[in-house]
Amino acid sequence: MQSEYIELTYVEIGLASVLILINGAVSLLLKLRLERSLLLAAVRTVIQLVLIGLVLDWVFDLNRWYAVLLLVFGMTVVAGGAAVHRTERRYPGIYFDAILSVWISSWLMAAFALLVLLRRVDPWYQAQYSIPLVGMILGNTLTGVSLGLNRLGEELSSHRDQVELMLTLGATRWEAARRAVQQAVRTGMIPIINSMMIVGIVSLPGMMTGQLLAGVEPTQAVMYQIVIMFLIASGIALGTLGAVLLSYRRLFNDRHQFCYGKLDSV
Amino acid sequence: MPTLLEARELGRCLPLGETWLLRDVSLEINAGDRLAVVGPTGAGKTVLLRALAMLDPFDAGEIRWHNQPVADVEIPDFRRQVVYLHQRPVLWEQSVETNLRLPYELKGHAKKQFDRDRVVALFEHVGRDASFLGKPARDLSGGEGQLVALIRAMQLDPGILLLDEPTAALDAATSRSIEQLVARWFEESSSGRAYLWVSHDSEQVGRIAQQVYQMTAGSIQRA
Repeated sequence: MQSEYIELTYVEIGLASVLILINGAVSLLLKLRLERSLLLAAVRTVIQLVLIGLVLDWVFDLNRWYAVLLLVFGMTVVAGGAAVHRTERRYPGIYFDAILSVWISSWLMAAFALLVLLRRVDPWYQAQYSIPLVGMILGNTLTGVSLGLNRLGEELSSHRDQVELMLTLGATRWEAARRAVQQAVRTGMIPIINSMMIVGIVSLPGMMTGQLLAGVEPTQAVMYQIVIMFLIASGIALGTLGAVLLSYRRLFNDRHQFCYGKLDSV
Repeated sequence: MPTLLEARELGRCLPLGETWLLRDVSLEINAGDRLAVVGPTGAGKTVLLRALAMLDPFDAGEIRWHNQPVADVEIPDFRRQVVYLHQRPVLWEQSVETNLRLPYELKGHAKKQFDRDRVVALFEHVGRDASFLGKPARDLSGGEGQLVALIRAMQLDPGILLLDEPTAALDAATSRSIEQLVARWFEESSSGRAYLWVSHDSEQVGRIAQQVYQMTAGSIQRA
């Protein structure tokens, strides 16, 4: 099989847009009041992708380590912030915790991929590999981190009395918080575990589909996908665990006190 | 009698505010003390008890245990000796026995063992037989829940109980049961125990306390 693909033009984009218009018409007809959101989402999709396309074009052409790092650093900060935006209960320092965990976990996984698994990539920062890799890991890690942080806040809030009771009976802060921490990490990991359970059976993952469309042999596309899934799962595990533990350290001080007042104070 | 716990000029204020929830509170609790704290709602009684159990951060002063400051790492040990009892009992939904066994899952109580005969005797003392241990906690009345919470704390043999209006919402008979249990716990140790009991009931205060403290707007003084 040759690495060839059919180039798209504005005509095909226009045709695909007709589908969104049909959706909008259905919304109007059924009075779903989704047409405005749909239009906004479609316009944002176009603008955001065109902009990132321009940036990627520039970075791919430049292919310098600092340009690649700058771009992925920007993506990391946005991912960390997005993880916090999806949480219901926040505390001072949650942005730092989320960005730090997303950053360390994603970059570690990407470094492992580039320096160990794809060590033939030369130079190591080659934009063609590094940017999509980091992007995929970041996108999934942010979901895990946000689910984990959200669940931790919910658990501690709804079981505040039990947490305090444990402390009054002489529990350490870890003993008092352990159940909430475990639930939070589990919640962060569930989506990727579910994805791994059904991958290839119910749907073909985006990257594999992209590679198949680009003409890559199915066996190679599958191998890439397996590696990516494992990297993503490890990134989520590390990121979620890191974010949840950092939160735990902020919400339980060295005096084994549960600083409940910090939750929701942002 | 030796001093068990000492609060020195404790202060706690609201974050970013001028309002002091506790101000310059100094208090000694000696072995054998039966103390009551009275005062209007919002005077800071719960804040004081929670501060004495080191459950909340305070902004001024210190707590000393056996004349020594309590280091951060020693606080769980300290709380095994100074147990705070919530006004509303906090119980897990499982059986009464599960709730009673709960503390023994903690590292700090790992050397102790749950003594079923002992807790059965305590429940019998307040008119409940052994079958009570199998009852789901969600089916308990408020008073029964408070009995379970109290016995759960008592079986750990703390040196001090901090009782935050444990009988506030209970009928007279259950209130008396709680008082009997606390009296039994107080008398069963030769080394000397103490309690600090917040109450709004002046008759009860007369029965349970040898010394009464009055709290007003975060300050404390002997009544």
